[in-house]
Amino acid sequence: MGWIRNIILGVVAATCWGLPGLANELGDADKGAELFDECAACHSVGQGAENGVGPHLNGLFGRRAAEVDGFNYSAGLTRMGNDGLIWDFDLLDRYVENPKAFASDTRMAYGGLKDAAQRADLLAFLRRYSDDPANIPEAAPTAPGTDHSVDPTILAIQGDPEYGEYLSSECVSCHQLDGDYDGIPPIIGWPVDDFVVAMHAYKDKFRPHPVMQMMAGRLSNDEIAALAVYFKQVGQ
Amino acid sequence: MNLNRRLFMGGAAAAATLAAPMVHGATNGKPKVVVIGGGAGGATAARYIAKDSKGEINVTLVEPSRSYYTCFFSNLYMAGFRELGSIAHSYGTLASDFGVNVVHDWAVGIDREARTVTLAGGATLPYDRLILSPGIDFVDGAVQGWDVTHQNAMPHAFKAGSQSELLKAQIEAMPEGGTFAMVAPPNPFRCPPGPYERISMVAHILKDKNPTAKIIIADPKDKFSKMALFQEGWADNYPGMIDWIGADFGGGNVSVDPDAMTVTIDGEETKVDVCNVIPAMKAGRICELAGITDGNWAPVNPHTMQARMDENIHVLGDASQQGDMPKSAFAANSQAKVAAMAVRAALTGSKLFPAKFTNTCWSLIDTDNGVKVGASYEATDEKIAKVDGFISQTGEDDALRKATYEESIGWYAGITADMFG
Repeated sequence: MGWIRNIILGVVAATCWGLPGLANELGDADKGAELFDECAACHSVGQGAENGVGPHLNGLFGRRAAEVDGFNYSAGLTRMGNDGLIWDFDLLDRYVENPKAFASDTRMAYGGLKDAAQRADLLAFLRRYSDDPANIPEAAPTAPGTDHSVDPTILAIQGDPEYGEYLSSECVSCHQLDGDYDGIPPIIGWPVDDFVVAMHAYKDKFRPHPVMQMMAGRLSNDEIAALAVYFKQVGQ
Repeated sequence: MNLNRRLFMGGAAAAATLAAPMVHGATNGKPKVVVIGGGAGGATAARYIAKDSKGEINVTLVEPSRSYYTCFFSNLYMAGFRELGSIAHSYGTLASDFGVNVVHDWAVGIDREARTVTLAGGATLPYDRLILSPGIDFVDGAVQGWDVTHQNAMPHAFKAGSQSELLKAQIEAMPEGGTFAMVAPPNPFRCPPGPYERISMVAHILKDKNPTAKIIIADPKDKFSKMALFQEGWADNYPGMIDWIGADFGGGNVSVDPDAMTVTIDGEETKVDVCNVIPAMKAGRICELAGITDGNWAPVNPHTMQARMDENIHVLGDASQQGDMPKSAFAANSQAKVAAMAVRAALTGSKLFPAKFTNTCWSLIDTDNGVKVGASYEATDEKIAKVDGFISQTGEDDALRKATYEESIGWYAGITADMFG
């Protein structure tokens, strides 16, 4: 079983990462194990892990989103999986930081872990149970330490709802303004920050959908802020 | 929400307009916009101008059909993935909720000096701005042996509705082991992947009901939209059934005989059971009547979609010659929003933002096997210019193809809501 091998490798690796100066950057798996206690109410990992309230987390790195058989995922995560989202260090880091911003309809009732060093610890722990070496954190381009959270100055931009309304005409060729869901998700009424974070995730190509990467890719920070404010107002 | 109140009042005003048949203006000095053609371009433009001008502009939409059948998804109707009723739309909401004055008639003349439109029913509509979104007509004599009087024997089905029904019935009635032929059009034409999605859908029907039947395509082009994706899909799903004859093999040298039901490709005559003739296309004839065409299409200013030959007329969608965008419903819908903004800015002084355009075209190859291509565009002085784009890849897995198809269903719901309210 791959996971047994990985536990052993993981322990060895974690020991190596424990060297001074590397701990913060690569995460301390032992500290991560303690942090995982909070997750363990819903998720299990390691030998004999099964789905509970949340899916089991064996083989998480390199796994396609919403891939575990027999687990009933939210439509949003299922769609991301269908779009080809493969969990790697960077994506997991973003998800754990703010689950609702990453996948607005996720069923994971977890507010997020804001401390980057703690996230690195948690992911170093989970990495012990994954087979895929392509996503180990020290391998570029998924190395931690890349700043992929949205800059606070971007989040602080006050969007112009009138401009947002004009720009929104591009969005509503696909996304229905009354919030109906027929295969393309509704985007009205989102918290402004979540909308901005999500759009920047497409812009930075962290989220995989090609249409959205293209749409977000040419929106300026001001334009994203304007859309976020407009669609928030529509949903009220 | 005051939006509802305003829309309700708009609806009441429209009802009053209908009660007293004053098609001819007299609208309290409000600026007047006439939109000709109620498809993806015209319906969207009428709705956005009426909605965003908040009653300050009087909008009249001229469209002959009471029920509009979308060309997009009509191939899916033929293959049994959709009911005909599901691609039919009425203009009731545009009138009742947005105050658009919907006139079911044909526009037969435009006087650019007097700024009036004449209808077949005899009425004259004055305008401050005119929007032409008439879609396509066929070039006379484009396919030797065929003209529109033969469209029952050899349907085009490139305007949806009765033509789609006819072609579907003919395919289903093909004798065992019979032959379906398509005469594909030269560039540029409405819906670049459309003929090839249609071939996929015909093959889907035949695979089930008539697996020894054959499909021949005579094509004057040497390549076509999503070619690699379609050819991969045909080989995987309909092996040996489809014979595509491109320009290199005489696919452009075609004549048909609708009485004998034969197709002659590069000198070789074949007896066929169904023949789908899709002739070369041009802008809807009203553009020609308005005198704003150059060749087959109406050139436009990319920033506003104004006709190069008359700044009081905007041309949308298939009929326009704008640059890099394909002739698609998505493109027409996107252009309509830019034109609506420009019209409002000109007539009411509202804000004018830089033009942005988008297009995505989904096609179905077989059950749960969808692909897509798309791009974003900006206006330059010369043309609508492509900025960025993407296309589905060959070899994608089943889950992604299914997700792409499901996304197309979502898009259909989205764009038709955006067009018709």
